[in-house]
This record gives sequence, C-alpha cells and structure tokens, in this order.
Amino acid sequence: MAAKTNTGWHLIRIWAIAVYVFMFLPVAVVVLLSFNASQFGSFPMTGFSFRWFAELAQNEAILRAFRTSMILGALTALFSTTLGVLASLALVRYNVPGRNMITTMLIAPILVPEVVLAVALLLFLNFLGLPKSFPLLLAGHVIFTLPFVILVVQARLVSIKRDIEEAALSLGASPRQTFFEITLPLMMPAVLAGGLFAFTISFDDITGTLFWKPGGVETVPTQIFAMLRNSISPEINALGTVMIFMTVGLPLLGLAIARRVASKGGT
Amino acid sequence: MSVEAREARQPWILLSPALGAVALLLFVPLVFIVVYSFWLRTSTGADQVGFYLENWQEVLSDAFYRDILLNTLKIASITTVVCALMGYPAAYFIARSSGNKAILLLLLMLPFWISYIIRTMSWINILGVSGAFNTFMLWIGIIDEPLQMLYNQTTVILGLVHFLLPFMVLNVFVSLDGIDTNLEDAANSLGATRWQAFVQVTLPLSLPGLAAGGLLCFVLGAGTYITPLVLGGPRDAMFANLVFEAIITQLNWPLGSALSLMLLAVLGALVLIYNRYLGMAQLMKGLG
Repeated sequence: MAAKTNTGWHLIRIWAIAVYVFMFLPVAVVVLLSFNASQFGSFPMTGFSFRWFAELAQNEAILRAFRTSMILGALTALFSTTLGVLASLALVRYNVPGRNMITTMLIAPILVPEVVLAVALLLFLNFLGLPKSFPLLLAGHVIFTLPFVILVVQARLVSIKRDIEEAALSLGASPRQTFFEITLPLMMPAVLAGGLFAFTISFDDITGTLFWKPGGVETVPTQIFAMLRNSISPEINALGTVMIFMTVGLPLLGLAIARRVASKGGT
Repeated sequence: MSVEAREARQPWILLSPALGAVALLLFVPLVFIVVYSFWLRTSTGADQVGFYLENWQEVLSDAFYRDILLNTLKIASITTVVCALMGYPAAYFIARSSGNKAILLLLLMLPFWISYIIRTMSWINILGVSGAFNTFMLWIGIIDEPLQMLYNQTTVILGLVHFLLPFMVLNVFVSLDGIDTNLEDAANSLGATRWQAFVQVTLPLSLPGLAAGGLLCFVLGAGTYITPLVLGGPRDAMFANLVFEAIITQLNWPLGSALSLMLLAVLGALVLIYNRYLGMAQLMKGLG
C-alpha cells in the first residue's frame, strides 16, 4: 500500500518498536542476570552459570512460598472457574431480567480498587471470627479473579451454537446427557482458559495478598517483595526467570491446547 | 412445578453461587467498613464501637492526607498521559500493520502476564547504581561516577507506565481495529491529507478505546502501593500506602477504613462519570 511507504508510517513503526523494547528490555535483563556467575545480582556479567537456579532449589523459604502459591492458585482456579462458568452459562444461555445490572455486579470486584477490596474483606471476615489465614487468602483470590473468569468464559461461550444441543435433545438425549456429553466438552476450552486465567492472576497477586496472608506464610510474590528489602540478589533474578517462564509459558500452552481442541471439535 | 417455572428458575440457580460470593465477600464487607470507619481506636488497642467522627475529621481536614491524595492523583494523571502517548501509536501500528496482527498484539500483551512484582523490580536492574544503564555509561566513559537514578517520583511513574501500558494498547487497539479503513480512504479521496483524515476521522472514532484505556491506567495507577514501596523514596508514598500503613503497620483499622473509603470515593466517582457518558460495554471489550 502506498500509504505505508510514507514518512508518517515509518515514524509510527519506529515508535512502536521503541515501545516493544521498553516493554521487554527490563524483563530480558532479569533473565540475563539470572545466569550471571557473579555473586552480586548486577552487572557486569562475569560468566554464564546455573548456580542461582541450583541455590533457588535449595532455598527452603522459596520452596515453601512456591508450594503455597501453587496450592492457592489451583484452589482459586477451581472455585473461581466453577462459580464463573455457572454464572456465564446463565448470562449467555438465558434471558435473565436485569442482565446488565447483574453483569456489573459480578464485575464489581475489579471496579473497586484492590486495596479497598482487601481492607473490606480483611476487616469483615475478621469481625466474623475468621482472622488472617489461608481460607481468607483463598476467599480474597476467588473474589478478585471471578470477574476475569466471567469475562473470558462468557466471550467464548457465545460462540458455541445451540443447534448442536437442540439436535441432541431432539434425538432423544436427556437434558443431563446433553449437558455432559455435548455442552461440557464444547465448553472445555472456555473452562480451561478461565481456570488458567484465574491461576495466573492468583499466582501473581501481591496487592491483596499482603493484606490477607497470615504472618509467616509467603507466596512467591510476597517472598520476592520481602527479599527486595535487603538488596537485589541474583536469587531474585533467578526466581523472576522461573516466574516469567511459568506465567508466560502456561497461558501460551493453554492457548495452544484450546486452539487444538477447538479446531478438532469445530471441524 | 411447570416446565416454564423451572426454566425461569434455572438461570438464578446458576447465578446464585457467584452473586452470593460477590455479595458476601464484597458488598457486605464494603458496607461493614463504612460502619467501622465511625468506630474509634482506643489507646488500649481495642476498637470502641459507636458513632465517632474523629477518623473522618482527621482524613478530611489533615493537610498531610490531602497532599498525598493530590500527589497520588498527579502521579496517576502523568502515568495515564504517558501511557496514552506511548500506547496510541503502538496500537495504531498493530491495527494497521499488514503483518500478523494477532502475533504483534500477543507480543505486547506478554509482559501483562509477567508478574507485577518482577516487572517492577526489574527496573532496579536497569537503573540501579550497578544496573545496566550505569554500567554502560561508565564503560563508554560518559560518566565517571554511577548516577543515582532510582527511588524518586520519576521512577515510580516509570514503573507504573511499564505496568499499565498493555491495558492502554489493548483498549486502543480494540477500538481502532473496529474502525472501517474505508472511512480514511474516503476522506483521502475527498481531498483530505493522511494527517487530516486521521485527526478528523480515525482519532474521534477511537476515543472510546482511549478513554477506556485511560480510565484503567488512572484507576489502577492511583490504587497501587507496591510500586512506590519498590521504586519510590521515603517521600513518594501514594494514598494506598497510607491505607497499608494504617491497617498493617499501625493496626488502626477504623482509620484505615476511613482512608480506604476516601480512596474508593475518589476513584469510584471517576468510574461512575465514565459509566454515565461511555458505559461499561467498552471497558468489558478491552478486558475480555
């Protein structure tokens, strides 16, 4: 196209490349430094080494934080996806009166600043006799991830055609059979996407977690935060690299699986 | 029960767990902290139940809180403007690129998946005394002493921009991608220059996306306390840091409630104004 050869477009392209560099450079430096042999978490690079990953694997505090984050993320994904999928089904499949109002209510946890949500939940559940604890942490993560799950799942559910279910029903399947044998398999990519989204958000969360976590319990982000208090150590960079590969790799993997399942189911 | 009645009840059965969770874990707690903000922290450490206006008096009249609130709004405003200036051209590039848009967009969204704390602390590796920038400048001989660039308001804004830019790009992209490019071509064929066509046709049509991205950047930026703790100095506290201090450090929960509600009122007002003029639909598009 002629328009794309003019100087304006060139400037925009250079600008966009600069924005990409801005977004990726700091992350690339974390990964680079995590392989630095030097004992300080900084430049210059003195050699290539896996020693910080080895030390990471022996650091009890980090391993414990990792376990906590995994369990918390998995449970959050389970609860949040269950609640989210049921609600999305109702919103997409039925003509619910006051649909917009209900959607806004379900999205409310991300419209309220997370700090405020954190304070309100902490104080209220404490008042009810549930102090800072793992269940409080879980409740917080579920309510905070629910809107994201609903948005993602709803977007995918819309694309599932009702014809197939109606065909199953007209061929004599019971509503229950239809749900488990037709609807649920078709919904699986949406369910997986929602679950992964919830897991990743929970795994990354620090804003609410610092309010809700009991003393002595750390998740990976709060552990990193605590370690930053001293100075930036090579271990933090190594842990950062592990986190980057986990939180970027997992959704990409999920996306690939979803695509594959969808393309198989669709044709 | 008739089939119709069962059919009508079904969506509510499906909705009730989620609505119940939001009610119990968000709406009731919000009402609760309104009540809590009128209680009083006593010197013995117990909370005095009652109707006291002290917390609100302190929050609303103390210049200390007012200054930090204004500073927070200033930081969030600058962050939003910088995100718009950086993000709009990038989103335009992706939307009008002849290459693979999905990959280009995914690339820019990738950092969105990378942990917030990691991305925030990664700037220490760049700007710290022995970070990439100083090492490079010392190496090529432009400076003799490492520069102290971290722990000020600029680095807080930098960290926030890095955190929030994907929200802006995504929202602007969604908006731009929905605009028929024939409109610009039509403007051109009627004699408008490329720039005129952009300013008078494309830009106005993409404003809803820009507004949605701007709202997200502002609200998320103004509500953070982690970035100032990691990248700011002792004088760079934002309003959410006050909430954290009151609740976690001082254990003054009634005061913390009042401070939280203050933050909610300011940011909530913005969301309501946005909703009044543009509606939530645009925001959902960008989030989903």
